[in-house]
This record gives sequence, C-alpha cells and structure tokens, in this order.
Amino acid sequence: MIVQALSFYVFAAVLIVSGVLVVANRNPVYSVLFLILTFFNAAGLFVLLGAEFLAMMLVVVYVGAVAVLFLFVVMMLDINFAELRQGFVRYAGIGAVVGIVLVAEIIFVVSSGAMSPAAGALGGSPMPAGVTNTEALGNILYTDYFYLFQAAGVVLLIAMIGAIVLTHREREGVRRQRIAAQLARDRRSVEIKKVPTGTGI
Amino acid sequence: MDVAIVALPLLGALIAGLGNRRLGDRGANWITSGLMLVSFVLSWIVFLRYDGNPRVTELFTWFESGTFEASWAVRVDQLSAVMLVVVTTVSSMVHVYSIGYMGHDESKPRFMAYLSLFTFCMLMLVTADNFMQMFFGWEGVGLCSYLLIGFWFHRPSANAAAIKAFIVNRVGDFGFALGIMGVFLLFGTVGFDAVFAATPEKVGQTFHFLSWDVDILTTLCILLFIGAMGKSAQLLLHTWLPDAMEGPTPVSALIHAATMVTAGVFMVCRLSPMFEYAPDAKMIVTIVGAATAFFAATVGLVQNDIKRVIAYSTCSQLGYMFFAAGVGAYGAAMFHLFTHAFFKALLFLCAGSVIHAMSDEQDMRKMGGIWKLIPWTYGLMWIGSLALAGIPFFAGYYSKDIILESAFAAHTGAGTFAFWLGVSAAMMTAFYSWRLILMTFHGETRADHETYHHVHESPWVMLAPLIVLAIGAVFAGFVYYDKFVGETMEAFWGASILFAEGNEVTHHAHDVPTWVKLSPLVVGIAGIALAYLFYMFRTDLPARLAGTFGGLYRFLLNKWYFDELYEAIFVEPAKRLGFGLWKGGDGAIIDRLGPDGIANVSQDVARQATRLQSGYVYHYAFAMLIGVVILVTWYLFGSGW
Amino acid sequence: MAELNLHAALPEIWVAVSAMVLLLVGAYTGDRAMRLIGLLSMLVMGVAIVAMLGIDVSTVPQLAFNGHFIVDRFAVFAKVLALIAAMASVWMSFSYAEREGMARFELPLLMLLATLGMMLMISANDLISLYVGLELQSLALYVTAAIRRDTVKSTEAGLKYFVLGALSSGMLLYGASMIYGFVGTVSFAGLSTALSGATEPSLGLIVGLVFLCAGLAFKISAVPFHMWTPDVYEGAPTPITAFFSAAPKVAAIALFTRVLVDAFGGLTPQWQQIIFAVSVASMLLGAFAAIGQRNIKRLMAYSSIGNIGYALVGLAAGTPQGVSGLLFYMAVYVPMTLGSFAVILAMRQKGQMVEEIADLSGLAKSQPWLAHIFAAILFSMAGIPPLVGFFGKWMVFAAAVNQGLYVLAVIGVVASVVSAYYYVRVIKVMYFDEAVTAFDRVDGSLKLVLASSLAVVVIGILFINPLQNSAIAAAASLFPE
Repeated sequence: MIVQALSFYVFAAVLIVSGVLVVANRNPVYSVLFLILTFFNAAGLFVLLGAEFLAMMLVVVYVGAVAVLFLFVVMMLDINFAELRQGFVRYAGIGAVVGIVLVAEIIFVVSSGAMSPAAGALGGSPMPAGVTNTEALGNILYTDYFYLFQAAGVVLLIAMIGAIVLTHREREGVRRQRIAAQLARDRRSVEIKKVPTGTGI
Repeated sequence: MDVAIVALPLLGALIAGLGNRRLGDRGANWITSGLMLVSFVLSWIVFLRYDGNPRVTELFTWFESGTFEASWAVRVDQLSAVMLVVVTTVSSMVHVYSIGYMGHDESKPRFMAYLSLFTFCMLMLVTADNFMQMFFGWEGVGLCSYLLIGFWFHRPSANAAAIKAFIVNRVGDFGFALGIMGVFLLFGTVGFDAVFAATPEKVGQTFHFLSWDVDILTTLCILLFIGAMGKSAQLLLHTWLPDAMEGPTPVSALIHAATMVTAGVFMVCRLSPMFEYAPDAKMIVTIVGAATAFFAATVGLVQNDIKRVIAYSTCSQLGYMFFAAGVGAYGAAMFHLFTHAFFKALLFLCAGSVIHAMSDEQDMRKMGGIWKLIPWTYGLMWIGSLALAGIPFFAGYYSKDIILESAFAAHTGAGTFAFWLGVSAAMMTAFYSWRLILMTFHGETRADHETYHHVHESPWVMLAPLIVLAIGAVFAGFVYYDKFVGETMEAFWGASILFAEGNEVTHHAHDVPTWVKLSPLVVGIAGIALAYLFYMFRTDLPARLAGTFGGLYRFLLNKWYFDELYEAIFVEPAKRLGFGLWKGGDGAIIDRLGPDGIANVSQDVARQATRLQSGYVYHYAFAMLIGVVILVTWYLFGSGW
Repeated sequence: MAELNLHAALPEIWVAVSAMVLLLVGAYTGDRAMRLIGLLSMLVMGVAIVAMLGIDVSTVPQLAFNGHFIVDRFAVFAKVLALIAAMASVWMSFSYAEREGMARFELPLLMLLATLGMMLMISANDLISLYVGLELQSLALYVTAAIRRDTVKSTEAGLKYFVLGALSSGMLLYGASMIYGFVGTVSFAGLSTALSGATEPSLGLIVGLVFLCAGLAFKISAVPFHMWTPDVYEGAPTPITAFFSAAPKVAAIALFTRVLVDAFGGLTPQWQQIIFAVSVASMLLGAFAAIGQRNIKRLMAYSSIGNIGYALVGLAAGTPQGVSGLLFYMAVYVPMTLGSFAVILAMRQKGQMVEEIADLSGLAKSQPWLAHIFAAILFSMAGIPPLVGFFGKWMVFAAAVNQGLYVLAVIGVVASVVSAYYYVRVIKVMYFDEAVTAFDRVDGSLKLVLASSLAVVVIGILFINPLQNSAIAAAASLFPE
C-alpha cells in the first residue's frame, strides 16, 4: 500500500513539474523532451489506477508518435522563439492576474464543494471483474459507445482529408513512386545487360 | 351623373397634374376646362331636374373601425344641388377665364390642375354624407387654397400669405375636428342622417367641465362654428383673407369669393338640424356674423388695393350670410350665398381684367381715367357693383333685403343688433363699391405714361365668362327669390334644411314695416351718392377727412390693428417660445444629450470596439480567458455564494 | 434503452456513407468533378431532408445508439434549417471556386462532412456526442477556411480559427469533465434527473457549466468569444464565409439550447445569467463595432454577432416561447444572411472580387435589382416591418418581456436601432453615392439564391403563422410536460 501511495506522489509531482517546464523552458527541444517525460508519468498514474491498456496506449501513441513528430517539427522548422516571446513581459502582468484568479477560483471550487456523492456510483469501474482491461474497453467501445467510436472515425477521416487538401501538391520535376507501373513490369520490358566489371556503363 | 360631376374635375386634375409638361399648356387648358364645363352642364341638369327626394350614392367604405365608419358618398339634396350649381358655374367660368388670364404664366398645367383639384375637393365637401367626408373636403380645399395662394412661390409675400392662410385655417379646423369628435362621442356615428335624427333627444344634456355644467349641443355647435369661422374668414379668424389676394386673381374669384369661403355658411345650413336646437350657438353665430359684416365694411372704406377692397367686401358679405343663418333664415343665407357667388366672382374677375389691362398694377391710386379704354370691363364692373350694393332688380337686392328683414323680424337682441350693423354696412358697401369704380375708371389718370398706353380690353376668352356671370348677377335674385325664401321655400328646401317648430323668421320677414324694407335701398343710394361726392366732385374731401380724423383713418387703414394685435399676442410669444425651445430645449438639451450626443458616443464606442480587434491570436485567446474568468468570478462572488 | 434503433439516425448514416462514396468518386476523377460532387452533395442533403421528415417524432422523441443520439421535433426543425443553409452555400460556391482557383473536389465534400457534424451536434444527447459532433463540424470548417492555401488571408483565417477553436474545445472539455466529476454522468437525461431534484447546485457544477458555455459560445461567436469571427469571415473565401454564417450557427445554437434547456433545465436561473450577459454583450458589440467597418464581410461578421445576440434573448427567457422565438429568429436569419452573401459574391468588378462597402456605390443605377434586393434584406435585418426580420426580433423580445426581462428587451431595441444605422448606411451608399465601376454580370446560380431570399424577406410575412407554429411545436419538445 505504501508503495502505491509513494509511487502516486512521485508520479504526480514529476508530472506537474515537467508540465510546468514544458511551458517555461527556453529551448523548444527541451520542452518536447519534458513533454515526453510528462506522458511517461501520466502513463504511470494510469498503471496505478489499473488501466494498463490506456497506459500503454499513452506511451505508444503519444510518446512514440506525437511527441516524436513534435520533435521533428521543432527541429526542422526554423522558428525564432525569442521573437515569439517578445510580448511576454508586456502581457505577463495581466496574464498572471488572470491566471492566478482562475487558479484560485478552481482551487476554491474543488476544495469547497465535494464531488457528487452519486458520482462514484454512476461512473463505471475501471476494473470490471472477470475481464481484462483491454477486453472491457473493447466491450464498451463496440456496444454502448459504438456511435461515438464511429463518429470519432469520421473525425479522423476529416483530419486526413484536411491534411491532404492543405498540404498535398503535385510538383513538377519530382519523381514519385508509381507502384502500379512498377508492378505492371514483366521480364519482357526489362533488358538485362552484362556489364563488365570495372568498365562502367 | 352625380358621381360624374364630382369625379370629372378630379380626372382633369390628375391628367393635368401628372401630365404636366408633357401635356403642354394647351392640352392642360382644354382638358381641365372641358371636363369642368361638362361637370357644369351636368350640375345644372341635376339642379333643374331635382325632384325633391334626397338621394345618396354610396361609392365605397372609407374606413370602418368599430362603430366608427365613414364611406365615400355623393349626397344630392336641395342644399347640395344649389352648391353644385354655384361651385361648378363659377369654377368653369374661372377655368375658361384663366386660359386668358394666365396666358403668360410658365406653369399653366400646374395651375389648371390645382384649380380642378380644388373644385373636386369643394364638390366632395358639398356632397358629403357624413362629417368625415366633409372634413376631407374641408381640408382638401384648405390645401388647394394654400397651393394656389402660394402659386407664385418665388414671391416671399405669396409664400407668407399662403402659410398665414393655412395656419389661421388650422385654428378653425381644430375647432371643427373637435366638434366632429364630440359628435361621434355624443351620437356614436358621424353620418348626417343618423346624427340629425338623434339630435332632438340630446337637447338639454350637459357635461361637467371644471365647475360648470355646459350644454353639450351648444358646445358642439360652437366648436363646429369655429371651423366655419376659420374657413369663412369671420371676425377674429379673418386675417388671412385679405392676404390671400397674393394668389392669382382667378383664384381669388373662385376660392376666396364664391366657393371655399362660403363653405362655412354651407356647413351651418347643412347642420341646421343641430343649430336649430342650440339657440345660444345661433346667437353667437348672429353676433359674430354681424360684427364681421360691419368691421369688414369699415376697413373696405379706406383700402387702396383693388383686390383688397373686394376681399373685405367678401368678408363683409359672408358676415351677412352668417347672421342670416344665425337668426334662423337659412334660406336667406343660402340665397345670398347663391347670388353673391355670381356678382362677387364677377367683380373679382373684372378686377383681374383691370389688373391685366394695367400691366399687373393693383393700386387704385395709380389708376383712373381708363373707362373708355376698357368699356366691357367697365360695364360689367357696374353690373357687379350694382348687385353688390343691392340696387333693385339686381341679384344682391333680393338676397340682402331678405337677410336684413329676417334679422329685424327675428325680434331678438342679437337680431336687432345684426339689423342695425347690417344696414350701416350696406351703406358702406355701396360707398366703397363706387369709390372703387370711380378711382379705377374715372378722373384724370394717375398711371404712368407707358402703362396707360398699354391699357387694352381683355380677350374674349376672358370676357365671355364675365358675361355669363353678369347674367347670373342680374337675374339670379329675381328668378329664384320665391323658391329660396318665398312662401314655398319649405317645399323647395325639403328635408335638407330644418326649420324647427316656431321658426317663422323668413315668413315674418315678408311682413316687416315698410321702412325696414326700404332702408337698405336708401342707405345704398346714399352711399353711392356720397362716393360720387367724394371721388368725383369734391376730390379734396377724402384727404381732408383723413386729416381731420387721422386716428380713425389710420385705425381703419390698418384694419383695426388686428394683424398687429395677433402679432403681439400670438405670433411674437410663439416665436420667442419656439426659438427658446429650439435653441435651449432642443439644441442644447435634447440634441446634445440625445441624437448628436448618442451619435458621437456611438462613434466613439465603435472606434473602441474596432480597436479590440487587433488581429493577434493571443489577444483573442486572452479575451476568451478573461471572459471565462469574469463569468466564473461573477458566479463565485456576484450571486451570493 | 439499450438498443441501436438505427432508423432514427438514418439521415446521418446516409450522409456519412454518401460522403465516403463521393470521396472515392472524387479520388478517381480529381478536381474536374468538383461541380459534379457538389451537386451530388446537395442531392445527398436533399435526400437527408426528406428522410428526416419521414422520421416519426410527433409524439415522443426517438432515441438511437443506446441513447447517445436523439431525434425530436426540435432536432428536425434545426436540421432541416441547417441542411437548407448548407445546400444553398454549396450551390453558391461553384462559380466562385472555379473562378478563383479553389475548385477542389474536397471542398463540397468537406462542407458535406461539416453538415454531418452539425446534424450530430443537433442530435447530441450526451456530452461526449456533443463534443464529437462539434469537432466533426469544426475540423471540416477549419479546413474549408484555409482552402485557398496559397493566399495569406485564407491560411491565416484557417489557422486563427483552428487555434482559437482548439482553445475553446479545451474549455468545453474542461467544463464537461467538471460536470462529470460533480454529477457523475454525461448523458443529458441523467443530468436532467440529477439536477431537477437538487436543492443547492454545487459550485463546481456551475463553474463547469460556465466553461461548457464558453466553449459553445465560441461556436456561435457570442461575445466575448467572438474575436475570431471578423478575421475569419474576412479571410475565408466568400462562399465559405457564407457557409460559416448560416448553417453552423444554426447547429451550434440548437446544441446550446438543447444543453441548457434539456440537460441543465434544473439550473435555469444560473445559466440565464450567463446567457443574459453574453446576449447583451453580443447585441451591443455587434451594433457598435460594425459602425466602423469598411469591409462588407467584416460588417457581416459583426452583424452575425449581433444577430446571435438577439437570438440568445429568446434563450435567456428560458421558456417555450423564448425557444420558439429563437428558432423562428434563426429560420429568418439564415435566408437573410445567405442573401446578403449572394450579393457580396456578386461584387465583382472586371473579374476581380471586391469587398469594400464603398465599392457598392451607385449600385442602384448600375444594377438596380441587385440593389433593391440587398436593400430589402438589409431593411429586414434592421428589423423594419413588414419585412420578416422584424417578426423575428419581435418574437424574441416578446418572450423576454413576458419573462420580465425588460432590461434585455430594451437593450435589444437600442442595439437594433444602432445597427439600423450601419445597415441603412450601406443602402445609402448603394442609392445615393456616385458609381465608380459597375459590377460584372451576376451569375445565374446567385440569382436563384437572391430571388429566394428576397421572396422570404418580402413575402415571408404571409407564412409567418405556419413557421411560427412549427417553431412552437419544435420548442415544446424540449420542455417536459
């Protein structure tokens, strides 16, 4: 038990600190690295809750794909972050005020009003008895939440279309792989020549 | 046929008014005059063939709101038949006359359209079957009068006169409108027949006002009479009429002598079933009428503008009609209205002919000695004046005599008062009529050389209408005396005029003492003689008299200082109040805090709001966050947690 | 409860499947087929309308997908309106797209998918389907805003919309998670039951509601979450702006209404204050900020902000009358705004699109009919009787007054007076200013939209009663007996 509690506090503390560092860091590459650390800690929290599937997905999808993509983007695009931060000082004051007020309010709200007593009962248990975590998720996803699952699929479809529409270009002078043409080739269209070693073509 | 009489002038007005320039002067003349002449002929047919049974042609409903309904209708009974004849005769003659008179004017189609429109409105008024249509016609003629007085709108004086006429008429119209509202309140309807039928029941009903109990019927009649006073230029509301002479002369003849100004008299006669039950109101009508007759005659004595003399004469004659109606002799009032229309229109048109001949000179002091040059005009002017002065066998003689006899025969205080004022006014009438003739046509000419040499007789298109009217001025009285006021008059008027139980005034009028019968004639001849003495034989007398009685002379010359009085009592304070409210109230307070202020604030706010839109995404995001924070804060602290 | 009941969602399924088929068609034929795919998209939407009207919702709402999806009269009304608006927008986009070099076959497809998102939003019956529908719609809209990817303005518009939209989605999700945390359910029915008996709503719930409202207010561009609107309206290609201003507004405000009235009906006094504030701010900002605009599209942006403010007046009343007024208002607003954009699309001089208000000068002389139609639409927007715009305003204000919200009604009237100023200013420019250059000939497709919107604005007065009755019936389905 004590191990669990200790792990929770370690994960949570590291998560928050690294989250702050993502925002506060001057070097964007460091920011992304801290983001990855954040994801790992979040995954750890999921494991503590018994949601291993989600933990794995978090690591695989977010760390493995998203964060690495971020890293690429940050490193490949020459973004002048110093320039982006120019307004920081100017708006720091009012930003701080707004932020502090909001944080204070949320702390106040969360601390004053307890969670709904019914919430525990109404919410599904993360660990249904008798089935594995993955199976339980699958069960829900393809029955009760079938509609949302499908709709989310359409959202992703739109994202894909959007990405293509906005970025895909037919450029002149670019050689593209034409798989159909490749596959359509047979021996007759290929002429094999003996090339003597060391003479070149 | 009834409808055609009313509709044809409207048709003419629309064609000439909308066609305007495209139609051309000639087209406008022909169409309007032609339609008017058709209407004129039809009117006489209706009048002569009228069988004594009133008939109403309902055209369509004007409006209907609860029990308040009014429809467009053409009502023909004896009263409106008489008016139809008067209006269409004078109007058609004036139309024809205008072809010549306005020959040099640039906007003839407009003029003819206005004239026809006026005629239409006037016919609507006289053929009305209910108060609302009458009010429509009433306001319509007022509008046309405004338009025609201000016809030469480039003249400031014409504009001023037009506005004055309109505003003074508003005062009267306000009374009229209040009267109509009161009628509706009391009777629950505005149809004539229904109102008249219910009138006897309402006698003696009172309403409580402040701390008095006031007789309702009397109040209504007085309010309606105030309307008549405005339109018919009776004392206190008469000031617009002389100024209205700024309009072209045919207009003066049509509107300000023969038709529109007599609408008040017509209205009182039409409403005789109401007035008969309101003796107090009748008394007031008598007194106002008599006072006007006298007042206007005195002012007419000293005026120098040829048209103004006739204008005051009109005012005075209208006074006669009113006091005739006031004593209950509605027939006599209508009779005088009828004859007066002919001879007064004749006089005006003759005056127009003179003015035309004198190159637009109107001041009689700059005329004289032209009778040989324009004999036709001169002769016709004589006929008109003889009729006006009441010389036997001319139309005016019959109608004026019966009025004065009726006033005497009424044997009431007001009647006697009216009789004596009327007789003295009759003398003055004769005097100023011949003063006008003598100053205009006789003696050494006072016109400048050039004008004098240009003097020429008017063309036939102008003279022919004059002759038609002159025939009326000579024979109208003689022919219709018996019908209008004679022994058979009740049969003639039928239901169109109500003579209440015991109203035998007109019958008694035939039996007054001989001296009463002779007095108008005697004073008339005396007046003529006096005029000859003053302006033919002892031409130095007027100046000497004016010198001796300087105060009186100036008093009369300035029209009893009515204009000045009104200027001081109403116009100046109103101007000052208006100016104060405009600059102080409207400009400084309402505008500055209201429209202007709000507009400025709006512009400022708009500028600020636009500046918020900086284009930076983080500003926008910031705005959203601030919005959320404000809303959350509001809930946490604002709403009582 | 636990059943699919697919037939209730048939129109949505049809649209989704058709979209994918059309996507395949497009992938094989390429951009040449833009017009074909556009027409087919319109056909799909038309069929969806017919299918929608075939669903029996006269007595009880139909639930589908285990209660995540609801079809009732309210949903049908809003969906039909949104579909019609979307059809008109697709129709208007063809010639513009071809002329301005953005004839991509994905364009009508994205619009179709966005419309699918709207339909899901309108039928959302819990917070998750709300969010999914919202994202479905928004994502498609972000892309369409940036579809002219080679022009700076269009990409800027798309990016701004996307970034701020993501922020608003974050707020919405944050609010939704708080609500879930404090109530323990995300389904509207569950929320409604949980809240109806509650004595004192917990503070966390209210704060969650505020965040949720903020996210939704962004979608209807209500102040202070409106900041993206003028920039995106100006930057996006005009037919897309026309699309933005009509169909998504209907869907979002319908969703907003359903969430507040249905799920949070127990908290009416609480959210009424939010709506009150947002409505007042929108009306006033919409009225005042529009005065300074020179670009007609920006003007229309502020106009739509203001119009949403008026529609929210009806929601603030929180009564069946108010909701029916809101629906009526939107039904009137859609044709007016589409008509206005048809005019803006007709603003072409020598083949170049122009967008300044000053470019309209002398339109009454060069193209009198266009000017007359625009004048009629603007007068209607300003709320001049007897044009239909007046009745829309009248109904929402009447609802507010009946609820004792006099302040709201008075501010609404003041704002509409101020807004009349800038509407009439456009009319003044058209009728009294000297013409500079005449516009090119108006496309036939635009003429159709112009004529229909003129017909709605002018002779719509004859059909007020049937429209109002169906709005009342639709609103009644949100309020339990």
